[in-house]
Amino acid sequence: MAYAHTVGGTRYVFPDLRTLLARASPFRSGDALAGVAAASAAERIAAQRALADLPLRRFLDEAVIPYEIDDVTRLILDAHDASAFAPVAHLTVGQFRDWLLSDAASSEALAALRPGLTPEMVAAVSKIMRIADLIAVAAKCRVVTRFRNTIGLPGTLSVRLQPNDPADDPRGVAASTLDGLLLGAGDAVIGVNPATDNVETTIRLLDLLDMVRDRYAIPTQTCVLAHVTTTLAAIARGAPVDLVFQSIGGTEAVNRSFGVSLALLAEARTAALALKRGTLGDNVMYFETGQGSALSADAHHGVDQQTLEARAYAVARAFQPLLVNSVVGFIGPEYLYDGKQIIRAGLEDHLCGKLLGLPMGVDVCYTNHAEADQDDMDALLTLLGVAGVTYVMGVPGADDVMLNYQSTSFHDALAVRAALGKSPAPEFAAWLERMGIGTEATFPPTLSPALIGLG
Amino acid sequence: MAEPLARLRRFTTARVALGRAGNALPTAAHLDFVEAHAMARDAVHATLDVDALAAELAALGLPVTAVRSRAPDRHTYLVRPDLGRTLDAAAAARLTRSDPALALVIADGLSATAVQRHTAPFLAEALPRLARIGVAAGPAVIAVQARVALGDAIGARLGAEAVAVLIGERPGLSAPDSLGLYLTWNPRPGRTDAERNCISNIRPAGQPYAAAADTLAWLVGEMRRRRLTGVALKDERPTGALPAPA
Repeated sequence: MAYAHTVGGTRYVFPDLRTLLARASPFRSGDALAGVAAASAAERIAAQRALADLPLRRFLDEAVIPYEIDDVTRLILDAHDASAFAPVAHLTVGQFRDWLLSDAASSEALAALRPGLTPEMVAAVSKIMRIADLIAVAAKCRVVTRFRNTIGLPGTLSVRLQPNDPADDPRGVAASTLDGLLLGAGDAVIGVNPATDNVETTIRLLDLLDMVRDRYAIPTQTCVLAHVTTTLAAIARGAPVDLVFQSIGGTEAVNRSFGVSLALLAEARTAALALKRGTLGDNVMYFETGQGSALSADAHHGVDQQTLEARAYAVARAFQPLLVNSVVGFIGPEYLYDGKQIIRAGLEDHLCGKLLGLPMGVDVCYTNHAEADQDDMDALLTLLGVAGVTYVMGVPGADDVMLNYQSTSFHDALAVRAALGKSPAPEFAAWLERMGIGTEATFPPTLSPALIGLG
Repeated sequence: MAEPLARLRRFTTARVALGRAGNALPTAAHLDFVEAHAMARDAVHATLDVDALAAELAALGLPVTAVRSRAPDRHTYLVRPDLGRTLDAAAAARLTRSDPALALVIADGLSATAVQRHTAPFLAEALPRLARIGVAAGPAVIAVQARVALGDAIGARLGAEAVAVLIGERPGLSAPDSLGLYLTWNPRPGRTDAERNCISNIRPAGQPYAAAADTLAWLVGEMRRRRLTGVALKDERPTGALPAPA
């Protein structure tokens, strides 16, 4: 079905829904690289106006990727809950935006609506929102998850402690972990990206992180962000796995390029649940996503990168994760060119994830070939804090010496918590107090490095 | 019982124990970061001095040709990786078929700084090792605004049995000058990264020249014996493994 709108005397026609969505997307380099971006500002606003007039119901009748060839489309449409959708079923995308911003869209109403929303609906409405809108609506969304603590309560902002080491040296990981704990990081997860993805390295790091958590009695969870098949092998060998990590995307083909399927993710979740390691809850999955991954894998089907990103969240929500984050600036300038594009994408991803019911964090980050710097990261971090982001990353000095990119530092998280009056997860906040962790430049006796092998 | 945080620095190269100015970094640590980022940014935008590099390669006895990709400038290069993988037509015409055993492509990639500093000293170590296993490496083709896969197009034009692409890696804050090497058997457009072997972080403070040259010679020998590169060709030497890609 074709869509059209006239702007300045020119009639712009969009042959199908995926084209309409792509042309309506605020400009980013990845959509230009894919050849799906609007050719002019006039074409973009024509697409945005046509999109605003589109009934939300249309997304249930026209898939951006055919049902027959893509299991993510099947997941989205088969799981759609018509009764949850009923309160907004009569709205257009433009009217939906107005409703989301209104007082009628309370935290409770937004939570009840989640099973009735598809990723394409939330991507569409985000495309006709300004940054202020992306923040205002996200700030009303409440998503709470639990494993050994409680993530996402109002007034909290959690931090993933990311103690990566270029050689997977356990002492390097332990030193960065201790540095982060002393700066109040680690309530979301203590999570290491292994430099080498094999089962021996993964088990060694899992054992280390579990030992640190146990010796200091930290109410948090740990994770080694290896491939899901590596983690399954580690579970089979008795390793202490709290959370199963996996990178995921918004099409069957991009997930295949990551070496995963929906069935494999389900198998991994079952295996992690069977370990019964969560004391407060059973959210055992951790997913990472990012705009551009599908194009990078030549698996985008002509769909714009932001819509595909939202579809990845439909995959995530099927597995009740503890944590999900977009790694927004990691993929490089051919997908998100500069600070402006990264900032908008981070806020879009956060809103779309929250509307679909995910515990959404953002890795506020950039690479050295992107036109971005720490000022851009400070801006995005602060905006996300106002939007109620569930968690952000904590990397020593913002410099990840293994992945070679810049994320947010332990200091950055402290600063945004202080600026916005946010606390860590309550169990973790109580632990910080109990351990006597403050602002002194020494280790409290309770946190002796010798306890974790740094003698 | 109070112990200074600074002792954590013994265990990691990460930026730990930086201290605090309120919730922010102290001035010195803040400016250390800005300086490292400045070095990395300048490396991304540095221009390769092709003439100087060509003279160094000629001094090693290599025939040298210079080409460019279809990306006309750095901005285009950054946003259009497809153009960086495609040979400029005029440049392609300068490459004539000579059926070499191992063509060398020297690509600026994301750090001309790395290529300028490390190519000649690395090849000075690598060429004799390759000669000892009967491989006369060359010609050398210097390519600007080039991605790894441009080596496939160049190798195909030359009729090369294999190609080694030396390329500036994406700069990190800890090193703006890491040189990478990608080895591809039977190069032709359409090869994927899974069909290459990589030696990463070649620089004196990372993977030193001689060690990287040993790895290359071993890989080239195995490649010629098994007639392939990529995931099926793992470094199975008893000591030392391939470094993880940066």
